[in-house]
Amino acid sequence: GGMAAAALLLLLLAAAGPGPGRADAGRERRDALREELLLSPLPTGDVAATFQFRTRWDADLQRGAVSHYRLFPKALGRLVAALGVRELHLALTQGFWRTRYWGQPPLQAPAGAELWVWFQPTVTDVDKAWKELSNILSGIFCASLNFIDSTNTVIPTASFKPLGLANGTDHHLLRYAVLPREVVCTENLTPWKKLLPCGSKAGLAVLLKAERLFHSSYHSQAVHIRPICRDASCLAVSWELRQTLTVVFDFFSSGQGKKDWSLFKMFSRTLTDTCPLASQSKVYVDISPKNKEKELLEVSPPPTSVHEAIVQGDRRTYAVYDLLSPSLFNTSRSLNVQLKWKRPQDSSEMPIPTLHAQRYVGGYGLQTGEICTLIYNTHPYRAFPVILLETVPWYLRLYVHTLTIITKGKENKPSYIHYQPAQDRSRPHLLEMLIQLPANSVTKITIQFERALLKWTEYPPDPNHGFYVGSSVLSALVPSVTAMKDMDVEQSPLFTSLFPSSDGSSYFVRLYTEPLLVNLPTPDFSMPYNVICLTCTVVAVCYGSFYNLLTRTFHVEEPSRGGLAKRLANVIRKFRGVPPL
Amino acid sequence: VCTSRFWFNYRHVANTLSVYRSVKRLGIPDSHIVLMLADDMACNPRNPKPATVFSHKNMELNVYGDDVEVDYRSYEVTVENFLRVLTGRIPPSTPRSKRLLSDDRSNILIYMTGHGGNGFLKFQDSEEITNVELADAFEQMWQKRRYNELLFIIDTCQGASMYERFYSPNIMALASSQVGEDSLSHQPDLGIGVHLMDRYTFYVLEFLEEIHPASQTNMNDLFQVCPKSLCVSTPGHRTDLFQRDPQNVLITDFFGSVRKVEITAETLSLDQDVPGLESKFPEEELATEPLKYAEQLPVAQIIHQKPKQKDWHPPGGFILGLWALIIMVFFKTYGIKHMKHVF
Repeated sequence: GGMAAAALLLLLLAAAGPGPGRADAGRERRDALREELLLSPLPTGDVAATFQFRTRWDADLQRGAVSHYRLFPKALGRLVAALGVRELHLALTQGFWRTRYWGQPPLQAPAGAELWVWFQPTVTDVDKAWKELSNILSGIFCASLNFIDSTNTVIPTASFKPLGLANGTDHHLLRYAVLPREVVCTENLTPWKKLLPCGSKAGLAVLLKAERLFHSSYHSQAVHIRPICRDASCLAVSWELRQTLTVVFDFFSSGQGKKDWSLFKMFSRTLTDTCPLASQSKVYVDISPKNKEKELLEVSPPPTSVHEAIVQGDRRTYAVYDLLSPSLFNTSRSLNVQLKWKRPQDSSEMPIPTLHAQRYVGGYGLQTGEICTLIYNTHPYRAFPVILLETVPWYLRLYVHTLTIITKGKENKPSYIHYQPAQDRSRPHLLEMLIQLPANSVTKITIQFERALLKWTEYPPDPNHGFYVGSSVLSALVPSVTAMKDMDVEQSPLFTSLFPSSDGSSYFVRLYTEPLLVNLPTPDFSMPYNVICLTCTVVAVCYGSFYNLLTRTFHVEEPSRGGLAKRLANVIRKFRGVPPL
Repeated sequence: VCTSRFWFNYRHVANTLSVYRSVKRLGIPDSHIVLMLADDMACNPRNPKPATVFSHKNMELNVYGDDVEVDYRSYEVTVENFLRVLTGRIPPSTPRSKRLLSDDRSNILIYMTGHGGNGFLKFQDSEEITNVELADAFEQMWQKRRYNELLFIIDTCQGASMYERFYSPNIMALASSQVGEDSLSHQPDLGIGVHLMDRYTFYVLEFLEEIHPASQTNMNDLFQVCPKSLCVSTPGHRTDLFQRDPQNVLITDFFGSVRKVEITAETLSLDQDVPGLESKFPEEELATEPLKYAEQLPVAQIIHQKPKQKDWHPPGGFILGLWALIIMVFFKTYGIKHMKHVF
């Protein structure tokens, strides 16, 4: 009766209080969730919001049968264990990050779907595991990742080194694929939100409403799984699931509003409470002064603290709102961060990022064309290397002898070049080059191609839209403006810690260029029907006439006796002596 | 299933999503729904309100919602995939959400919309499914015991031709128009610029909005849903293959999923401690030396990377034949006496 129910309730309460401070035999695997939102105003007046949710689990998913999942989602945990995945990075993006105008992105992804995976050395058939993995992920994220097959998968040899712990980098265990035609919409966001421990009900995830997130000029959601050091001594492995979502709202540049923004204006929601499972929940607002002048931004309500960090080689100042601090929700139940510009910003103050790139298709007609990539190094005196990875589908036949790299009017020979030609209908082109970019220069890389004619069953249902060429990837170590010290990875904000940096004088950045849209010569699909009709008509008329001429014989035909009435009339006429009818 | 591509076929996606929404509202979970949309309207660049699909003008009802899971989208909606889902003959690596996991006690609702004609339904402007193929697929399902009862609703022009050829038992079919008639669309929205819904599905949606999981409305009411005065075309239905009387068939048999819940007054006591649960973790071995992260751009290592040794393959037939031809031509031209100089 009531006593049993009370005992049950007490037991449940006792069992439901985990916390890191629980002293048990040390067998419990700790997991922790940290969530963070970074709001940065961009030089053009737009505002970029980056959400990062990191679930970290102190268990080794590869060894031992792990059966009790708490914060780490079971779907992904079982996937990693069953397929021998060492690292998984999946990004679904709509739009393009304009590096030239918006600055270096915290984490960029190419338009469409991008999936790259490092497998464990114990996996014997990597291609089979890759195919299974893409099918399972397509079911989890409602994306057409099952279209990833050998025609769009490549094995990079120098880019995409593992971002987690690695004791060897045999590139045969790496697979990279990009689907530029993939659409991202609410059905991809819904399962992504369901992977979060609190779902979209508490914490920072309440701001993720699809109607506002997709009304933006850039929306990118990503899932990164990798093994990391458990502590500073790095003798044990923890697994980290990092979910990031970057969105750029363009109210100002699309003419819909003033440059001032607030959380309510962006997301039509405000923050009301924190996720009870999160050990850290913070909102960072980038209030770095430009050109070392006084601040021109004002944030309200006043932040709980101000944090200075060196991010991407530059000193930045952030206003921090710690949602777990009790003082934040004292005055009002909801937190609506607002930002006002103190004085109008001159357009001449826009800083130019050190590295940015552009890619376009040149040429005319439907037979040949040229892919041109322009890479800009705007650093005044430092040169640095960049790896360019291009994946071109097989139906654009590249002519590698026409590859030219020109910097400042002179030929620039790459230090390392790897080219794998395409095989029709089974493998795309892969071109990887390590190019030194001199200081303050523009490098132009051009390569000519010829468009192939596909078989008529291979065209998609809307072939006149064109065919996409995936973005090319630029990986570079860009020299920092301010040297970065070795920071404690645990204490630093999340958005500084995805790319492990070895020394502070340069930081690693990965940029993507625009995807290209090329038209292939497309047949008129109504023509087979027309041709069949016309041919059959011509054949019938010509052959039929000849056949008749050759084989038709004429017989004299008895006039028919006629019907009954005619016969009776003929009988009567015979009696009368008149000729019959 | 929505089978039409391109922005001006917005209404077909809205049709499908409104039926999806009603079905979810009445209790069927996403794991039991296979939703196929041939094009993306919500995040289409031509949609003035992204992430929304409206069914009523003046943007009253967003049928896309916040919690939608599309299983087959864009280029995946093909006749082959549709028939594979129905018959269950899918490649082994297909995830569960893309399979129709039904058995012989399942009632299945199939709703299709798009452009159709007399005896066929067009998929994505590039292929068609005929009524014979569909009837054969249902027969395969019957033989493999993949359904108990099946309700087939189709909203296309000349939709009644699609159910003419069914011959498997326990199938009930509804169509929005007879052979020779066109199904018409309901109303355009000037803000979005296209027609939002088809008439038949619009009135079906209004009818379904009044159904709740415990309602006792039966199929005869569904047959009366869109009379000629509202729909302009004549909706048709076919019940001769169905064993029960439509009067006795509840709408929620197909559109909803009602679970029987029994409430018990007994109490259950759990043990105070749960021994042995936590001790199942194997003892972890720590590494002897610290592990480290890989260097992201090891320039020196990359430059001196040895190229992958290509395996040596013996020359193929073509190369051998070519060389044999060249050698034969050489000796034929210059005579056999040169052979001794070669060897």
